[in-house]
Order: sequence, then structure tokens, then C-alpha cells
Amino acid sequence: MTDVVMPQMGESIVEGTLTKWLKKPGDRVERDEALFEISTDKVDTEIPAPAAGTLAEVLVEEGRTVGINTVVARIDETSVGQAHGLPVPAAPPAAAPEPPPPAAAAPAEMAAEVAGALSPLVRKLAREHSIDLRLVKGTGAGGRITKQDLEAYLAERDRAAAAPPPPPSAPEARLEPMSHMRLRIAEHMVMSTRVSPHVTTVHKVNMTRVARTRERSKAGVQARYGFQLTYLPFVTHAAAEALRAYPLVNASIDGNNIVYHGEINIGIAVALEGGLIVPVIRNADRMGVLDLQRAIVDLASRARTKQLKPEEVQGGTFSITNFGSMGSLFGTPIINQPQVAILGVGVVEKAPVVIEGDAIAIRSVCLMGLTFDHRLLDGALADQFMGKLKAVLETWSEEFR
Amino acid sequence: MREYDRGTGLQPVRDCELRDLGVLEYGAALELQRELVEQRRQGLIPDLLLIVEHPHVITLGRTGRLSHLLADEEALRRAGVAFYPTDRGGDITYHGPGQVVGYPILDLREWKRDVVAYVRALEQTLIGALAEFSLAAERVPGRTGVWTEAGKIAAIGVHIRRWITSHGFALNHSTDLSYFRYIVPCGLTAPVTSMRALGCAASRAEVVAAIARHFAGVFGYRMVEPVGARQESL
Repeated sequence: MTDVVMPQMGESIVEGTLTKWLKKPGDRVERDEALFEISTDKVDTEIPAPAAGTLAEVLVEEGRTVGINTVVARIDETSVGQAHGLPVPAAPPAAAPEPPPPAAAAPAEMAAEVAGALSPLVRKLAREHSIDLRLVKGTGAGGRITKQDLEAYLAERDRAAAAPPPPPSAPEARLEPMSHMRLRIAEHMVMSTRVSPHVTTVHKVNMTRVARTRERSKAGVQARYGFQLTYLPFVTHAAAEALRAYPLVNASIDGNNIVYHGEINIGIAVALEGGLIVPVIRNADRMGVLDLQRAIVDLASRARTKQLKPEEVQGGTFSITNFGSMGSLFGTPIINQPQVAILGVGVVEKAPVVIEGDAIAIRSVCLMGLTFDHRLLDGALADQFMGKLKAVLETWSEEFR
Repeated sequence: MREYDRGTGLQPVRDCELRDLGVLEYGAALELQRELVEQRRQGLIPDLLLIVEHPHVITLGRTGRLSHLLADEEALRRAGVAFYPTDRGGDITYHGPGQVVGYPILDLREWKRDVVAYVRALEQTLIGALAEFSLAAERVPGRTGVWTEAGKIAAIGVHIRRWITSHGFALNHSTDLSYFRYIVPCGLTAPVTSMRALGCAASRAEVVAAIARHFAGVFGYRMVEPVGARQESL
């Protein structure tokens, strides 16, 4: 028995009114078939059955309002074996519908019971394919079975045989259409990898000075502005400076031309439930670290609550993805078209480092990778860009910018 | 920092198709919505905002009471008003010429799995659009819809099937309010009003554009033209 409960249709919703049963006790229900309707504040919602079987009992009558997770009905799943609407008399419950074995039936005799005369071609086909003609629906004159009817029946039978339902004991695979966002992401990823030859170069960056600056300013920023100071605005700031030094990394390809963008607009990848979005910080090169942090916090939180305006995810000229926040050392992201490069930032970790005089010291270290479009950028330029980025971060003036 | 993930990239804002179909008979709109909900569920189409205008019709929601219909069906027929019981939420309502009716076909799983938040967002859309025409409107707790000092200006009723929305809102733009005499709108005895009755001269196209703008803002969409229309413009 499977319990059917009043679902929660939103965060603030604690109850629902059962407005209509779409099935009666004793009715067969398929999994995901609409079972009943509920109403909450001018919204009527069809609720699908959580399992296939027979609706055994209905515990809440129409018009009653009950709390979420209240059991409203029970479904008896034991009658599930006989699927597909075809009667399967005396079949073992778990048996999948399959074509009768060739020798078992005597189609010529069965044909006698079928309405209407049969053409020799139909008889021949039925014999060859061991078809029980009583199971074939005739669409010819007077319900006569035609060659087309047989072919349709065969196609259906083959389909059923080709994809037998999994045995009830096996965990079921679930089929769910991809969301619109998922489809768009899939499309973009395939398109990007097709359009751009992707190459990644990884540099190790000493973040000690940045870490010290951040450590010193963190508490003050939190107290004064109410947001955390992370590494990301420092990296964004350094990337903007490197983009200014190497404008080809901030360019796009348009046909046979190179478009050098006038603005440095940096997209920041934000993970969403079931997808991701890349809101854009415009003119990032004109902003200080605090402004960048504020913009990042604002865009990320509005991305998660779906409050971004369309123009806030357009016009990016370069992207940064900070998978280090999830513990990744380095990655090879996919370029956000029509941009030509994306910076992947790994986790900032303390590590033993060999310093001048062959001594070993503890430093904050981060791996950063630039994935670039080799149509437009060559490795040498990509590494010069990374060299600049690294230099800005490693020589960070500990005066707060 | 949890929010910044392996950013491969690259997802532009969600698209929502705006389809202004003009005058469409209520039954045809029901049928169209049924088809679109199924296509949306299968991921064949993006989120949509259908805009229509119905010929005179009175519709009864699932939770509605027939006693709120103040005329018998014969009287309605004589007045040229159709009658439909439907599967949307809400009570009884009237649609007719001069009303901007919006039917969003959205997959709420991509927004919020919250039907009440959805209704509040529809209200917010209309309140924002009305403000563009200097019309002050608001919510009234416990009375879903959009209200002005002169009365109710927009009604809301929604149906949800596997998190896909249908039905939606009806904003009185230049509606002949006398037709509301046939019903107790949504079971409420409060007066109804329209943009025109409040002295607003804006055209239907301007109102639709304002609704689309605010709809995009509230739900985080980029409004796009249907594929068909885009192809024609090429």
C-alpha cells in the first residue's frame, strides 16, 4: 500500500483544500496520472498518483481542508502486473506481455472466430507471424481485418517486445523531460565546444598578500557593509587589469573580424538549482574591490531569487568561474560564447613553498586556469595574460583598494 | 561563496515567449492552453505568456458556486454571453471585450515551487504595470486579485498540472463593466472597475507592453517573440 499525502505547494503553505477526486475507490490508477485536485488561494492543482495500482481507499472527502502531509488516500499496488490494457488471463503476475511463442498458437483455427472474411494475404501474414487474429482490431468494411491492421498490430507487438517493462523488483529508471534551462545549457555547451578549440593553461598564484589584506579587512567590511569579503573580487580586479593590458583576451570573433570590446564586462558564473547563470559586472575595470564584492553578492543573490534583469546577463566580454569555492583545485571550463576566454579559479590553500635561499615557507596558494579559444589566442599570449594576473595578485599592495 | 560553481558558463536569462493572440473564443483558448501545457511539460516549448481578449463569457472556477451566477443560462444566451465551467482556481468571473487576459504557461519548477508565491507575483506584475499609467493598485489580504480604491480591477485564477501553470489573470482595461451585473465576481460583492473608468486613456497595446515588461522583471525573463514571428521578420 502506498500512502497518498496532501503535498506542499509552496514554502508558506501549511494546508490545502481537496476540491475534487478524479478517481473513485476501486479505480485503476497509473503512476503520475492525475488523482485529485487541491485548491490554495485561487490556484487549483492536479495532483498525480505517486504509484500505480488500485485506489484502495479515500480518507479525505471533497471540500475538506487538511494539513500538508496528511494521508488522503491509499493505493494498492499489488494489481500492477497486468499492464497495457490487454487482458492477460491466467498469466503469472510478473509476466511482461510478449508475443506468443510460434508453435503455441494455431492461427488458422482462430481465424474462424474473427468477424468478416479474410483475404488470403491476411491469412498468410497471420500464419507467418503467428498472430492471434482475435487480438487484431479490424478497420476494414464490417470490421474486416486488413493488411494494414496486421502491420499496425505487428509494429505494436514488436515495440512491446523490444521494450519490456522492467521486472517489478528492479529499481525503476525515471524518464523526465529536461527543463528549458537545462536544454539551453546543453545547447550552449555543445555549440561552444564545436565553435571554439578549447585550450587551458594553469598557473600557480601566490595569494599570501591578498590573503593578508583580506584577513585584515574582513571583519570591518562585514560590520560596515554587511557582506563577506572573499577572494573573488580581488581576482576579478586583477583579471580586469590583465584584460586592459591584453585586449585580445577581451575580444570576440565576428566572421573574419576581431571585435575589440570597448568595455570590460566580466561575467561571474552562479550555480542555480538545476542550472547556472552568468550575470555580468559592467565596467569591472573601473571598480574597486569593495564595489566588485558588492556587485558579486548582489548579482548572485538576485540570480538565485530569479530577480535578474535581462540586460544583467548580457554583454559580458570575459567570464570567471570560481569552482574553488567547492574545493576544486583546477578545472577546464567551457567558454561562454561569443567570448574567447574564461578564468577558472581553484581553491586558495596554505601550502609549503620553496622561497628564496632554498628555504621552505607556508604560503596561500591558488591554481588558476585560463581556458581560451585557440582560434584567436595563442598559448604565449594566454600565458602573458596569466603572468599579468599573477603579478597583480602577488604584489597586491596591502593598503586596501 | 557556495553560490559560485563550476561555471561552465553560460546560461543566458530564461526566455519567455510573448504571444498576443488578440480576440480568441474562450473554448478555443482552453483547448490551446491544454495543448501548450502538454508541450511545455515535455520541454518542447519555452515558458509562454499568452495574451488574449475573449468575447463575452462567464466562467466558473472549480471552487465556484453556481449561486453566484445571477442570470439563468437562457438570459445569458439572449445577451450573447457564453458560459463555461472550468478547472481553474477561483469562483465565477466574466471576460469580455476590453479586457486584457493573460495566460502564462510556465514551468514553476524553474522559478519557485510555490503556488502562492506565483499568484503574488502575478499581482505584482499587474500592480507594476498599472503604476506605469499612474494608477495606484494594491493587494487586499485574503482577496486574491488587484484592487484600486474604486474596486477590483484584475482577477486571478490559476490551474497547475505537474507544476505547469495555465489560466492566469484578467485586467479590466476598457471593459463594459455592466456585464458584471450577471455575476457576483469571485463571490465578492465589492465593486469592479477598469483602467478606462479610472480615467486612463492608454491603448490596449500600451497596456500589454507594460504587462510584458513587468512580467519579465518579476519572473526574471527576457521576453521574446514567438519563433514564427521571428522567422517572418528575417
